[in-house]
Amino acid sequence: MKHTFAVLVENSPGVLSKVAGLFSRRGFNIESLVVSETEDSSTSRMTIVVEGDNRVLEQVGKQLNKQVDVIKVNDITNEETVERQLCLIRVSADQSTRQEVLQITEVFRCRVVDIGRKSLIVEATGDEAKMQAIIRSLWPFGIMELVRTGKVAMVRGERNKGK
Amino acid sequence: MHTGAEILVKALERENVEMVFSYPGGANLEILDYLKKSSIKTVLVRHEQGAAHEASGYARITGKPGVCLVTSGPGATNLVTGIAAASMDSIPLIAITGQVATSMVGTDAFQEVDVTGITDPITKHNYLIKDVNAVAQTVKEAFYVASAGRPGPVVLDFPRDVAKASSKIKEVASIDLRGYKPNLKGHTGQIKQVIRLLAEAKRPLILAGGGILGSESWDELRQLAESQQTPVANTLMGLSSISLDHPLALGLAGVHGLPAANLAIQRADLLVGLGTRFSDRLSCDVEGFAPNAKIIHIDVDPAEIGKNLRVDIPLVGDLKIVLNQILEKLEPVQHQEWLAEIAQLKAVKAPACRAEGLSPITVMESLAKVLPAQAIVTTDVGQHQLWAAQRLSHRRPRGFISSGGLGAMGYGIPAAIGAQMACPKDLVVAVTGDGSFQMGLPELGTAKEQKLPIKILLLNNSYLGMVKQLQDFYCGQRYAAVQFTDNPDFGCLMKAYGGSHYLVTREEDLSQALADFLADPGMAVLEARVAYEENVLPMVLGGNCLSQMEGIEENL
Ligand SMILES: Cc1ncc(C[n+]2csc(CCOP(=O)(O)OP(=O)(O)O)c2C)c(N)n1
Ligand SMILES: [Mg+2]
Repeated sequence: MKHTFAVLVENSPGVLSKVAGLFSRRGFNIESLVVSETEDSSTSRMTIVVEGDNRVLEQVGKQLNKQVDVIKVNDITNEETVERQLCLIRVSADQSTRQEVLQITEVFRCRVVDIGRKSLIVEATGDEAKMQAIIRSLWPFGIMELVRTGKVAMVRGERNKGK
Repeated sequence: MHTGAEILVKALERENVEMVFSYPGGANLEILDYLKKSSIKTVLVRHEQGAAHEASGYARITGKPGVCLVTSGPGATNLVTGIAAASMDSIPLIAITGQVATSMVGTDAFQEVDVTGITDPITKHNYLIKDVNAVAQTVKEAFYVASAGRPGPVVLDFPRDVAKASSKIKEVASIDLRGYKPNLKGHTGQIKQVIRLLAEAKRPLILAGGGILGSESWDELRQLAESQQTPVANTLMGLSSISLDHPLALGLAGVHGLPAANLAIQRADLLVGLGTRFSDRLSCDVEGFAPNAKIIHIDVDPAEIGKNLRVDIPLVGDLKIVLNQILEKLEPVQHQEWLAEIAQLKAVKAPACRAEGLSPITVMESLAKVLPAQAIVTTDVGQHQLWAAQRLSHRRPRGFISSGGLGAMGYGIPAAIGAQMACPKDLVVAVTGDGSFQMGLPELGTAKEQKLPIKILLLNNSYLGMVKQLQDFYCGQRYAAVQFTDNPDFGCLMKAYGGSHYLVTREEDLSQALADFLADPGMAVLEARVAYEENVLPMVLGGNCLSQMEGIEENL
C-alpha cells in the first residue's frame, strides 16, 4: 500500500542523503520524494511517498524519527489533504492534431507554455489521478518528453500547532 | 581569540575526556598539537582500526564515550570497521577525523574521502564542521547524542582550515535538539500491562540484552528476577548483566546458546525482552521463536520494537527508569514448578566432543575456575568467543566485552587495551584465536608502549575454527581457506613485543600454566595448542528454531 509521509527536517546539507540512504539501505521503496525549504528557513519539508506493508511503513516512520536531523514525521495518508504535482509534457501536435490537443488541455485546465512547429509543451498541475488522466488522454498523439515533480501535500483545515 | 583546534580540545576537556586514542596525519596536526598541551592523554596507536576498538573497549567498561582521533582519507577509512562495530553494539563513541580544508572538499584532494557519506549508515549521527564558531556547541551536541537514549557512535569530521581559523570561546548552550528527544520514562498504562502479565504468567522468562549494561540497570534486573522468581537468559551483548553464579541465571541464548536458555525460551509463556533487538543470532527461526509466549519488549529505541518480532506489549523507555517504575508496583511471586523444570534443563550440559589432545573447552572451563570475579574479559570472534560466552561466569557487570553485532575479528586485543587503560589496576584477559589474534597484532605495539599488563589467552587450533565448523555443517566437511598450515611462532612474536609467552599442549600442565600466566606482572600470552576438531555446540542450524539444537536430544 502507498503511504505519504510529511517529514519536517533540519535544513542542513547532509539531511537529504541521510534520508535517501536510510531508504535504500533498509530496502524501503521510495515512490517519490520532494524536498524544499519551509516558511522557516531553518527547516525543510520532505513529502515522501512510500510503498510497503504495514510493518514496513511502521519501520519507515520509526527509522525516520530516529534520525537526529528529522524533527517530525507525520503519516498523512489518511488525513484530508490538498495534494499537487506538476507535470510538463512535450506532446507532438502538427497542423492536423493541434486543435484536438488544445481542446484536451482546456478540459483539464492545463496551460500551454511553449509552441513549436510539430509539438507543444503542456503544463499540468493536480493530484495523481488527474496526472494519470492527462497523460492517458495525450498519449495517442505521441508524448515526446515528460517530466514530473513528485507530490507535495498539505493537511486541510486550521493548522494544528502540535503538528 | 582561539583556534578551532584549541576550542575542540577545550570542549573535550569539558566533557571530562581522559584520553584520546589517536593516530596522526597531515589533517589533524593542529588538534594533536593542542591535545598535547591539554590535560587529556594522547594514546598513540598503531592502526586506526585499533583506535576505534580501543575507544570502544574503554567505553564499554566505563560507560563513558570513548574518543578516537585520526587523520583524513586512509585514517578515516581505517576507522570504519571500528565505527560499524560500535554502531551494531550501541557503544558511545566519538570519532574525530581530520579533513582537508573546506575549500578543497569535493575536489578529490590528496587524502580526501567523504567521511560523512561513508559513515552515514554506521553512525548514530555525524557532523562535518564547517564553521569555527560552531565547534564548541557541536562537540557538546555530539557527546550528548552519543550517550543519550540508545548510545552509538558519532563522527566529527573536522576540516583543517576550521582547526586553524579562530573564534572567541563562547558559552555553550544546554542541549535541546528538536529532532532528538528520546523517551526515557515508561508509559504508565503499558507498565500496568507488564505488571498484569507478570502476575498472570506461569512460566515467565527474562531475556536480558546489552541495554541492561548501557543503562546500568543490572541491580534492577536482579531485583526483578528475584522478586518474580523468573529465570534470566542473556543475549551475547547482555552477558554480565547477571552473574552465571546466580541461581536464576541461564546464560547465553541463541544459535550457540546453552540448552537451558534456549529451551526456556521455547517453553516460556511470557518472555520479557529487556534492551535487546531480538537479532537473528538470538531468535533463529523467528516464526518458531518462543511459540508459547506473550512477548513484552522494553527498549529505549522505539524502532527496535516490532522490527524483528511480533510484540504483545511494547514499552519504550530507559531501562533504569522503567524497571524502577515496574519494581515499585510489583508483588513478589513464586514459580516453584517452573523453576523445578528449569533446574532439570540446567542439568543438560552443552556437549563437547572432547577430541584427542587438549580440548579448547577444557581450557575455557579451567580459566573459568580461576578467573577472579573482578576480571574483565574481552574476546575476538570465532569459536573461542562462544566458548568464553558459554562457559565463563560473567560476574562483573560490563566485564564481558565482545563484538556482537558486527562480529569483527581483530576486536579483542584493542578492546583489552582500551579496558586496561580505563582500569589500570584490574586484570584484563583477552580471549582470542590464532586467526583473530593476527588481525589485532599491530596494537601489541600500543600495549607495549603503554606498559599494559594485558593477558592474552590464545586458543591456537591452527584453523579459522568457526568457519571450519560452518564447513563441517554446511559444506560436507570440505575445508576451504580455513587452515593455517604455517602459523608464526607466537613465542618469538611475544619476545619482540616484550611480553611473556606460556605454552600449553597437555591437559596436565594446564592449571600450572594458567596460574603462571595470570600471575605474570606484564603483558603475557598463554598459547594453548588445542584440538581443531572441537566444535561449538549446541548449534542451531539455519532455518531451525531454538529447540532444534545440534548435539542435544530434541525431546528433552
Ligand atoms: C574481519 C572478519 N573477517 C572474517 C570473519 C569471518 N570469521 C568469523 S569467525 C572466523 C574464524 C576465526 O578464527 P580464530 O580467530 O582462529 O578463532 P577460532 O574460531 O579458531 O576459535 C572468521 C574468519 C569475521 N568474523 N571477521
Ligand atoms: Mg583458530
